Amino acid sequence: MLYRRLLNVPSWGFDRPFREFERLRREMDDLYGALSGGTLPMPSAGVFPLTNLTEDTKNYYVRAELPGIKSNELDIQVSGEGISISGERKIPEEGENVRYHRRERDAGKFSRSINFPGQVDVDKVEASMENGVLRVIIPKSEAAKPRQITVK
Amino acid sequence: MSDKESKNLQVKPKQKSTSHAEQTRPGLIFTPNVDIFETDHDITLLADIPGVSADDLTIDLRKNVLTLTGEVKPSEGADEEAVMIEYDTGKYHRQFTLSSVIDQSKIDAKLNDGVLRLTLPKVREATPRKIEVTAG
Repeated sequence: MLYRRLLNVPSWGFDRPFREFERLRREMDDLYGALSGGTLPMPSAGVFPLTNLTEDTKNYYVRAELPGIKSNELDIQVSGEGISISGERKIPEEGENVRYHRRERDAGKFSRSINFPGQVDVDKVEASMENGVLRVIIPKSEAAKPRQITVK
Repeated sequence: MSDKESKNLQVKPKQKSTSHAEQTRPGLIFTPNVDIFETDHDITLLADIPGVSADDLTIDLRKNVLTLTGEVKPSEGADEEAVMIEYDTGKYHRQFTLSSVIDQSKIDAKLNDGVLRLTLPKVREATPRKIEVTAG
């Protein structure tokens, strides 16, 4: 993190060094996996939905791709320790006289829990759905926020 | 499993595109999951493209080749650091060759909650006409 500040590199996207390294590392993993015959997937708990957890100094951010799920079909519970996301994805029947050529989209129930690395403020959680992507912003508790200390 | 309702969703990692066509811009490309079904009148395609807004979706049909391309704009803030990353975002891209002739003027595309619903009406077969022959 220090090098990023020193070099004053603009953040996120492909300009962001640590993110790019991480992607590179995963691509190397994929490559080794392909060579050894198996595939090494991205690290995952193996529970739907795949979830990304990020943080800045003020908040934790939880993101998950949930296409076709309306916000009122989701149940989100946040406690001091973690978040749980559950719901059901329904794919309506398309009538009797249809012939399917491909069926790759799955329906079913899901439930996922994630623990936060630090303490959070449960009262100010914000959740939104946009284009099938869930985003939950969970503010860190005052005690858990980093403080700048001035050296006298 | 007989009871369809009790089925649990399994994790399906996002499928990276295996197309080797060279890209001009760096970035990841994913193959969206689709359902395709057909009736006597039309072909319907449903595609899961979470993160794509209507403005960033391109649907192109020429010479029976249907191309879907969707861009995902990163929503992350400038100061966010990764704690746990299980999926990547990038472009969605997929191509299909259609066997029926499609009435281009009546194609209907709707994007709701990250799911594209594309209705492709087939061209009506010319209705048989009876030709009366009159004796002259």
